[in-house]
Amino acid sequence: MNFLQFMMANRQQVLDLTLEHITLAGIATVLAALVGIPLGILITRVPQLSKPVLGGANIIQTIPSLALFGFLLPAPWIGERAGRLAVLALALYALLPLIRNTYAGIRGVDPAVVEAGRAMGLTDRQLLFQVELPLASGVIVAGVRIATVLSIGVATIAAAIGAGGLGEFIFRGLAMVNNQVILAGAIPAALLALVADFVLGRLERRLGSVHLKS
Amino acid sequence: MTAPLSHGSATEGPAIEFDHASFRLNGRPLLEDLTLLVKQGETLVLLGRSGSGKTTTLKLINRLLLPTAGEVRVNGRATAQWDPIRLRRSIGYVIQDGGLFPHFTVERNIALVPRIENWPRARVEERVRELLAKVGLNADLASRYPSQLSGGQRQRVGVARALAADPPILILDEAFGALDPITRSEMQKEFRALQRRMQKAVIFVTHDLREALFLADRIALMEQGRLVVDLPVGEFSRSEDRLVRAYVEAFSGLPDISRV
Repeated sequence: MNFLQFMMANRQQVLDLTLEHITLAGIATVLAALVGIPLGILITRVPQLSKPVLGGANIIQTIPSLALFGFLLPAPWIGERAGRLAVLALALYALLPLIRNTYAGIRGVDPAVVEAGRAMGLTDRQLLFQVELPLASGVIVAGVRIATVLSIGVATIAAAIGAGGLGEFIFRGLAMVNNQVILAGAIPAALLALVADFVLGRLERRLGSVHLKS
Repeated sequence: MTAPLSHGSATEGPAIEFDHASFRLNGRPLLEDLTLLVKQGETLVLLGRSGSGKTTTLKLINRLLLPTAGEVRVNGRATAQWDPIRLRRSIGYVIQDGGLFPHFTVERNIALVPRIENWPRARVEERVRELLAKVGLNADLASRYPSQLSGGQRQRVGVARALAADPPILILDEAFGALDPITRSEMQKEFRALQRRMQKAVIFVTHDLREALFLADRIALMEQGRLVVDLPVGEFSRSEDRLVRAYVEAFSGLPDISRV
């Protein structure tokens, strides 16, 4: 049985696991964005926090993913369900690119433009929402793109703790020493990552280029 | 809560008043003991080299900075007592190359202050049309982005934006410094004509003596954070002050173009 025949024979399971994979990575990225983007904004306002926050996110990133899943296992409520745990671990991983890009994006806005806005009498809030965030949006979306692709990749490990996703095929294939089973998980996961990268990359270019280059 | 922005009738007393104002940054004096008045309808040019304290002086007016000693008063009230947002919306600010928001169209750039002041939409649109005409720009440009304009057009939009809410005070920081000489001369003429009609209190920062002589009612020469002289424009070139002489000679040393 070749690879394509295997995929066809198991198409329902491939589809289910792909959807599960998208759900895991999707929820994790959204969660990470909801925390990471405000945190990135916060550290542009309170510069003393920038080192500890970026350092913390950096440290999380250096923990091997399998170990991170393991660390979280004893946590109350979160550890009870594999899905919850996987989402939390993935979200923690996705935090760094989101915080870093939000911070860098806002810091990279032309200081003359920000000062002009302040001198015109914009409040801090208006300055943030009307000037800084729109001008940083290209860089922030680049962070979302990196975080999404990262989550899709790391989500394959979630199967190790029974959270499902395309990693199921990969781990099963490894146990069976069967390359076709491994590829049935690896190829759809890679395709997902490529599609997400492409779509968000186009959005990023749209936001980053049209009127901003002078 | 929202006081009107215009104080056109506040002609009693100076519009801007520096009262022994100093500004130090980490102990380093950027401005020392400045005392200076600007009346409504008057154009004061702050002349000086780079680093002489001109821009610091401007930032003290709209409270981007607060004096570390002395006081700066706008319409009789110390800037420290003003709500900074109210204060800034009553002062038009023009910087080099316009300082426009690159992601806003010309129209939205000009309408910035009226919009955040919640003017009704029809009045904002009317005002934008009026201002485009006033600064000599074609109405077709309203929907363009700053990157699609020439330097001169951007600068005109910058002036229009500063005038949008009809502030009684206008401050300009090297406003025409990035323009080619022909556009620059045009802008200077138009600005002078505009000011004659508007009668605002204007502080114009430049390092160009010719620009100062052309635009000013009074010229204040600054050097190393101190005011050297503050003279009516007619007396400036005749001053015997050593630094004034140095400045005048630096410009008169250039070949007289009309004789070449």
